Amino acid sequence: MDDLLIARSLFGTTMGVHIIYATLGVGIPLMILIAEIMYQKTKDRDYAIMANRWTKGFAVLLGVAIPTGTIAGVQLSLLWPGFMEVVGRVIALPFQIEIYAFFLEALFMSIYVYAADRLTPTMRILSVFLVFVGAAASGILITNVHAFEGTPAGFRIENGQFVDIDPWAAFFNPSFFVTGGHVAVSAFMTGAFVIASIAAFKMWKERKQNRTYKYHQKALMLGLVIGGIFSLLTAINGHESAQLLHKYQPEKLAAAEGLFETQRYAPLAVGGFTDRETQEVKWGIEIPWALSFLAGDRFDTEVKGLNDYPEELWPPLFVHTLFNAMVGIGTMLIFLSIVGFTYRHIFKKDRFPKWLMTLFISAGPLAMLAIEFGWIFACTGRQPWVIYRILKTEDVVTTATNLGTLFILFIIIYIILMVATVLVLRYYFRRHPIEQELARIKE
Amino acid sequence: MTDSLLAISLLWIFVFIYAVAATIDFGAGFWSMIYLGKRQMRATRIANKYLSPSWEVTNVFIVLIVVALVSFFPGATYTLGTVMLIPGSLVILLLALRSAFLVFSHTAKEYEKFLTYVSGISGFLIPGLLILILPISHGGYIKTTGGIESLSFVALLENWSTYAFFGFAISSTLFLSSLLLSDYSNVAGDDEAFIIYRRDAQILGPIVLLFALLIMLAIKVEANWLYENMMNQLAWLVASIVVFALSYGVLWIKKRIPRIAVIGIVIQYLLASYAYGVSHLPYIVYPIVTIESGFTDPNMFRALFVSYIVGFAILIPGFIYFWRLFMKDRRYIKSGDS
Ligand code: HDD
Ligand code: HEM
Ligand code: HEM
Repeated sequence: MDDLLIARSLFGTTMGVHIIYATLGVGIPLMILIAEIMYQKTKDRDYAIMANRWTKGFAVLLGVAIPTGTIAGVQLSLLWPGFMEVVGRVIALPFQIEIYAFFLEALFMSIYVYAADRLTPTMRILSVFLVFVGAAASGILITNVHAFEGTPAGFRIENGQFVDIDPWAAFFNPSFFVTGGHVAVSAFMTGAFVIASIAAFKMWKERKQNRTYKYHQKALMLGLVIGGIFSLLTAINGHESAQLLHKYQPEKLAAAEGLFETQRYAPLAVGGFTDRETQEVKWGIEIPWALSFLAGDRFDTEVKGLNDYPEELWPPLFVHTLFNAMVGIGTMLIFLSIVGFTYRHIFKKDRFPKWLMTLFISAGPLAMLAIEFGWIFACTGRQPWVIYRILKTEDVVTTATNLGTLFILFIIIYIILMVATVLVLRYYFRRHPIEQELARIKE
Repeated sequence: MTDSLLAISLLWIFVFIYAVAATIDFGAGFWSMIYLGKRQMRATRIANKYLSPSWEVTNVFIVLIVVALVSFFPGATYTLGTVMLIPGSLVILLLALRSAFLVFSHTAKEYEKFLTYVSGISGFLIPGLLILILPISHGGYIKTTGGIESLSFVALLENWSTYAFFGFAISSTLFLSSLLLSDYSNVAGDDEAFIIYRRDAQILGPIVLLFALLIMLAIKVEANWLYENMMNQLAWLVASIVVFALSYGVLWIKKRIPRIAVIGIVIQYLLASYAYGVSHLPYIVYPIVTIESGFTDPNMFRALFVSYIVGFAILIPGFIYFWRLFMKDRRYIKSGDS
């Protein structure tokens, strides 16, 4: 592997690990907040227990989210010094403001966890709320740098220099709101489905309709409802993201759809693999006219194909598969929450059939996969550019060589951290079974 | 004051706050390891009480420093990013182990010992690696071949002066943290822990002083330009030594006022690092990058500056609330389980 490829793989791996923890770091606070509010409203102690246990899990996840994020932040400067130089001149505000969001979250997280017994209910809710705001804001702000990479704004280039810099115009670049929104709602949805998955898994193991089963059922329904709402929002907003690609990064959309010839009434290819040689999507299903309609709300919208661009500027073609997988998972999860909700509340059933339980259990991992696919699609689909049509990735990479050893070291640490997270969480929740806490309420 | 001077001063303040908060933080992790499972278990508990809520907040400062450096001095990013690849990567690797295992050790009590050891040792090494940015910035270790800059890491490791910095960072870490923990245990009214930490601070004080003198010698030999500039700041350096002597003396008197010693020592570090910082100017990395050559766009500087003022104005009530809950509230500091 050459050093550019190692640098890309190393950074991609770092982000791939960070995003697991970061997404839960954004999604779970929302669930804790909702559980706290439900408890204050219904006075049902089960919700207080949920908030408490999720917070425990969240604190452990944060113990990895924060250092991996710190790695990400430092690694940007170490691996892509040329990129960060431009960031420093043009798009430093999101990074800077993100720091305040980090402080907000770190301060109130400690307060919520370590001073819980000394807080009034209002202060408790306010503290979780601020944790939630801090986490969501940090996700949205960092995403804004990514948005800027796709739709750069707020400067001009003259003889290779960046001039007329307008930091706020860069901040409010064309895709900020849509992209930031997409990352936020997809994180809320993923946090909710992960909670639902765990609850479903516990119900599966419990079988008997006892107190524990009821507790997990409440958690499952909470997860499904919140997950359902946000998966719908994710899809609506994702549609807008795609329209932005149509407008600002046409070759990325073309790669996402495996479209080679520019055309009106363009078909939508679902599934399959893009074949560079024959210039078609193999084993996919084509829906006539659909792509044109999705891209511009009209069937006669002209959609640009890859052949309009020199081949060395094409993104890798496998992003078609990633994009489809993300959209597929999103669509399936919307239906899944509707089915689950209908079963429970319209048909008033207390038990779900086996196949449905299996789907519930897979919902969280699937949502997380969609996050990973979405990001790899978005970042790899931008290649060869690091800042779209301005700066190429190969021009910003560090000049240091021999990155291989570092890559191996980082991978080892990530494996250790991920394995340890699982072990520690399992250890803790085995030691503090839910039955004990539920029994304590009755006394 | 020019904008670039304002920016470097702000950066210097952040570095200073981080240096103090992080040394205390890493040191507390180290002490909680040393006194774990010993008879002095209470000393561990005190260290953990301090550490649990504070490490996350301290960690944000690292990120703040990186972001402030990149956004105020993008022109320095290329050089620093390139030459810091190896030491910087080692720091973040250790930091990841340290933070994660610290959290794990509070959650999985049965494996507390193993987990505390991992986080204690990795945390202990971090300050030693972080301080290497100073000798690197003094020049001499950066080669430029064909327009490409690179760090001679081996030359850095082979030079004795590197170890003077390393030793200074580690001894300072232990000194400052034992000092703060003696104050913290005094507030908690924990006699035993107080005596242990005061004893540690008494032992470490002279060691720190010794390393500080070694560093001066190292600077004289390796970076004479800096040494000469520092000699122009002699008054500050002398003041710093006097304040050190007085604060250290406070540890030996009968009356228990460790708070005075803590404040005194922090002032001492402030004086010394001011003298160092002023002498280092205008260079960020000698002789390649100066604060002028690396400075950001004026529009960006203005926008950032406004964001600092608004941001910290919003956050300060949060910091105060945090301080009152964890550093002042006896109910927290004294309560049984960590
Ligand atoms: C639970 C996760 C999840 C789900 C179900 C979806 N997305 Fe997504 N998507 C993401 C999670 C995500 C993401 C990981 O958050 C990305 C990566 C970069 C970004 O901005 O958000 C993303 C990126 C992303 C992009 C690329 C933006 C860019 O490259 O700048 C598009 C066009 C869409 N999405 C569209 C959709 C559509 C039409 C969906 C239909 C259901 C959808 N997404 C579901
Ligand atoms: C958190 C989820 C993310 C994941 C999983 C992710 C994944 C990746 C991957 C796989 C690459 C390598 C691309 C390739 O060479 O094929 C990459 C590159 C990159 N990403 Fe992302 N990314 C994420 C978020 C971000 C964000 C929020 C930013 C903006 C700050 C960002 C900025 C970059 C940069 C600067 C590069 C290197 C240059 C390049 O390859 O274009 N990434 N990322
Ligand atoms: C879109 C993808 C991302 C999301 C949703 C996200 C979200 C988060 C969250 C929720 C945290 C925990 C915050 C805290 O408690 O302090 C975090 C930590 C962090 N993230 Fe990410 N992040 C993303 C990508 C990135 C990228 C690309 C970088 C690198 C520039 C980064 C840098 C950091 C840093 C430095 C921290 C540690 C903050 C601290 O020290 O407290 N993140 N991130």
